Amino acid sequence: MNLLNIFAAASLETSFPVIPVLVLLPAFGALAVALTPNGRIGLHKLMATVFTGITGAISVWVLTAFESNGDYQFLSEQTWIESLGIQWNAGIDGISLFLVVLTGLLFPFVVIAINPHHDHKAYYIWVQLLQTGCMGVFVSLDLFMFFVFFEIVLVPMYFLIGKWGHGNARYAATKFFLYTMLGSALMLVSIISLVVLHSREAGTDITFNLIEIASNPAISTTSARLIFLGFALAFAVKVPLFPVHTWLPDAHTEAPTAGSVILAGVMLKLGTYGFIRFGLYLFPEASHFFAPLFLTLGVVGIIYGAVVATMQKDLKRLVAYSSIAHLGFIVLGTFSLNTQGIQGATVQMINHGLSTGALFMLVGLIYERRHTRQISELGGIQKSAPVLAGTFTLVMLSSIGLPGLNGFVGEFLILLGAFTAHRWWALLAATGVILAALYLLWAYQRVFHGSENKDNGEEQTTPDLTNWERLTLFPLIAGIIFLGIYPKPMLNRIEPAVDKLVAHIEITIADGSFTEPVPTVQVRKSFEELLEETHESHSHSDGHSDHEEEKDHGHGSENHEDQSHSGRHE
Amino acid sequence: MMQNIALIASGTLQTPSVSWTGLLPLIILAGAAVFLLTICSLVPSRITNQQLTIYTCAAAIGSLIAAIPLWLKVLDESKGPFSTLSGAFGIDGFSIFLTMLLAVSVVLVSCLAGVFLKSEDIEGPESYVLLLLSATGGMIIVGANDFIVLFLGIEVLSISAYILAAMNLKRVQSQEAGLKYFVLGAFASGFLLYGIALLYGATGSTQLTAIRDFLINNNLTNDTLLLAALAFLIIGFAFKVAAVPFHFWSPDVYQGAPTPFVAFMASAIKAAGFAAMLRVLYVTLGEYKADWQPVIYGIAVATLLIGSLLAIIQTDLKRMLAYSSISHAGYLLVGTQAASDQGVAAVLFYLATYTFMVIGSFAVISLNSGPEGIRTDLNSLTGLANRKPMLAIAFTVFLLGQAGIPLTSGFFAKFYVIEAVIEERSFGLAIVAMLAAVIGAFLYLRILTKIWLADLETDDKDQNTITIPKQVSFVLLLATIVTLFLGIWPEPLVEMAQRAVPLLRAG
Repeated sequence: MNLLNIFAAASLETSFPVIPVLVLLPAFGALAVALTPNGRIGLHKLMATVFTGITGAISVWVLTAFESNGDYQFLSEQTWIESLGIQWNAGIDGISLFLVVLTGLLFPFVVIAINPHHDHKAYYIWVQLLQTGCMGVFVSLDLFMFFVFFEIVLVPMYFLIGKWGHGNARYAATKFFLYTMLGSALMLVSIISLVVLHSREAGTDITFNLIEIASNPAISTTSARLIFLGFALAFAVKVPLFPVHTWLPDAHTEAPTAGSVILAGVMLKLGTYGFIRFGLYLFPEASHFFAPLFLTLGVVGIIYGAVVATMQKDLKRLVAYSSIAHLGFIVLGTFSLNTQGIQGATVQMINHGLSTGALFMLVGLIYERRHTRQISELGGIQKSAPVLAGTFTLVMLSSIGLPGLNGFVGEFLILLGAFTAHRWWALLAATGVILAALYLLWAYQRVFHGSENKDNGEEQTTPDLTNWERLTLFPLIAGIIFLGIYPKPMLNRIEPAVDKLVAHIEITIADGSFTEPVPTVQVRKSFEELLEETHESHSHSDGHSDHEEEKDHGHGSENHEDQSHSGRHE
Repeated sequence: MMQNIALIASGTLQTPSVSWTGLLPLIILAGAAVFLLTICSLVPSRITNQQLTIYTCAAAIGSLIAAIPLWLKVLDESKGPFSTLSGAFGIDGFSIFLTMLLAVSVVLVSCLAGVFLKSEDIEGPESYVLLLLSATGGMIIVGANDFIVLFLGIEVLSISAYILAAMNLKRVQSQEAGLKYFVLGAFASGFLLYGIALLYGATGSTQLTAIRDFLINNNLTNDTLLLAALAFLIIGFAFKVAAVPFHFWSPDVYQGAPTPFVAFMASAIKAAGFAAMLRVLYVTLGEYKADWQPVIYGIAVATLLIGSLLAIIQTDLKRMLAYSSISHAGYLLVGTQAASDQGVAAVLFYLATYTFMVIGSFAVISLNSGPEGIRTDLNSLTGLANRKPMLAIAFTVFLLGQAGIPLTSGFFAKFYVIEAVIEERSFGLAIVAMLAAVIGAFLYLRILTKIWLADLETDDKDQNTITIPKQVSFVLLLATIVTLFLGIWPEPLVEMAQRAVPLLRAG
């Protein structure tokens, strides 16, 4: 079986087949859990922790071994279905790097921190299969392989929501499944159309290789636009963008805490990542053409999500709607089509994963203590559970985008990018930040202030976070603070890949009607000051040789060069 | 042809030359059926179902083994496909691929029959004889290079199948199913025969090779007769494969007939029907592609949408699978519509993978349907995951496969069909097919929800007594492994299907 060679083939280049192990280790973990005898809850959890934990550790190693250039690294390539030009083709670049790390770390976190209430064995199997699916999406460089992983994640999530969820879980799970499948059904038609048309126009064999197809844009503009819409629908459902977002509040509300954390933390990113990696990269012209549409939908999402969140009575539903608003920001940044916007979108994907993941986690903890998520029935938690309240405040502020916490970095970059490209949309989007402060602070006030007693005067108290819960929440909080204060290492790794993508967009739009909208140097500098970064002017001279490529394209204006350097040199 | 004329001229009575090895798979099955019938009428003592199952399996495996050297021979560049019986029966990759598929489905179905016929009060060797004969008919169809032979095959296949449907004498639904199947099937056969007659009128031959050559070499000034023939043929085939709007018999028949035979109808009989359709439309009447493609397009759209929509409102499992089987026929029609080698390969791949999934599904339904085999409503599956986890897992694999979820063979089958049709630039059809897949997914989710997520309150005692006999667990295991294996690594079957392109060879 050829495919098994992915392990062997990779070992020729690097000493270790990083990507196959990252993707398949959790699947083996699921198998291992499946083979353990029923009812050994501790053993199931231990196995799941070990397998997801090793995956997480490898993803951290990838982070350290990653070189800050715009190329795909840790490439792993093997023929899969030769007669149809389908390959196992995977690699990591700056855009996918942090999503891989997030996927690697969030799953062991979820396994350790959250215990299911029943059917432990099946639960750990599904969680680990879900990790395999998510990881696979982020490393795929082959359209077929990407689709397989993109679609396969539905199954574990369906069971996680349906079996361990609350309330109307079966309805929510089915809705989630069908909605996303509808989007991806059309994407499959788009993928095949793209591949077939491309091979015909370019006169090559059929190939599903992302890089080959993107580097040789052979299909006509009209076809590309139609095919792009097919992709975009799938991603829009997954993100979810207004107006195809209606599955999200149900899925989030009914899902178990672990499901919500994974859904918000990783799975929504499949859509936004898809937009950047496949939408922009494969269809630069169509992305440019449809950018106003998606900018508008993004802004509508931001404001709609915020307004609806304000009116929610259920705390978890409120967080779910706030997700819609945050993801609107990410789409806004993506379709700004400039370095700041896309970089901001990438950063914001990670930030949203951390903050909203943590918020869902905290809402889960509150629910366990008070057995209700109705905001009106909660109240006064601050008095008896000050640490819980403090943690919630911090996470909430990061979600609002307070400077010094991670949310700010992403939102600022996105707004900066959007402002330079399309200022009116950016202005409208900025009101979303204010609305976010409004609904979150108001919710905080109702949940944590006031009296803890029930309406009938019956007394009740809320136990504070246990030491174990504090310990498990610590990594998320640390991430939130660290990325807020010192985002530079992350930005440095993301930027080259984004630069390359933006350059690709500029080159491909051949008629020259598009050049990257770049901010003035002054704006750029003020941002750097905010981030407490200092750049020596002499560093510019060192870097020129690296970027001759970009200059050759003739689009590298002074500004463009300036910003590509600034991120990279200490 | 030249040879024949020379022989006739010599004045002695000559029979056409027969390639016995080429016909061996077919002869083994037919011989086994006749021999079994003879033995059972001579020996009065009852032969057990167990023995009959082993006998039938052995015959089918024998036929499968006989097909393997043929397959190698046909693929051999120096030998290649050939035809025998003066060009009436062709042996090419296409016919051998389907012959092997039919043999495999006989093995699987007879394993089920050995267990479930007892619970349906069907005893005796007749059903095994009919099963073997029906499969023989299928093998005749897949190799037929002459309309007379094709019709013969269809009748052998169908008549056996009518009786199989009515096999349960005690259950009135089974009788009804048999009668319905017979009346409508005979009706369809009439259409086919009329189409064949008209085609003979238009082209002057019943031989597929001669018809194709005639149409390539001549331009008909008036092709009304031919188009009428085409219409009748398409109607006849559409009846046989239960395509909308000629599908009305199938849910009733599926619901009433004994479950193992339903599995046979959904797999083998459907495969044979599509084989006939492909050989006649794609290979023989390929010149008239522009005329029949739009018709198949329309039928495919209707079949996909109506099949999947009606499936979701059913409450009986067998009816659900009947409608889902209709919508799967829609995908096969999509591949047929492509009218390309890629399309044929996709149809073959689909048929092969669907055979395993559908037989597996019906095996689960049989196991779950209680001692009398009548509990087939959706609610009977409630909590199957707690009662029989392994059974639930197998059923889940089959259902996800039919829904077209990646890493099951069903996904790749759909992918392949869609790819074939997009290569022929029928984007609209591809979109409809994928929308139907989403609608269909709702059906499979409904079943999955019942299995895994239903409330456990209804825990009555007799539901806990499912025991899985060895043969059935073999079928389930094999079907599950094949479905998953071909989902992860479809290459071997894709290569086989691509080599199994239908050809017509004279003499």
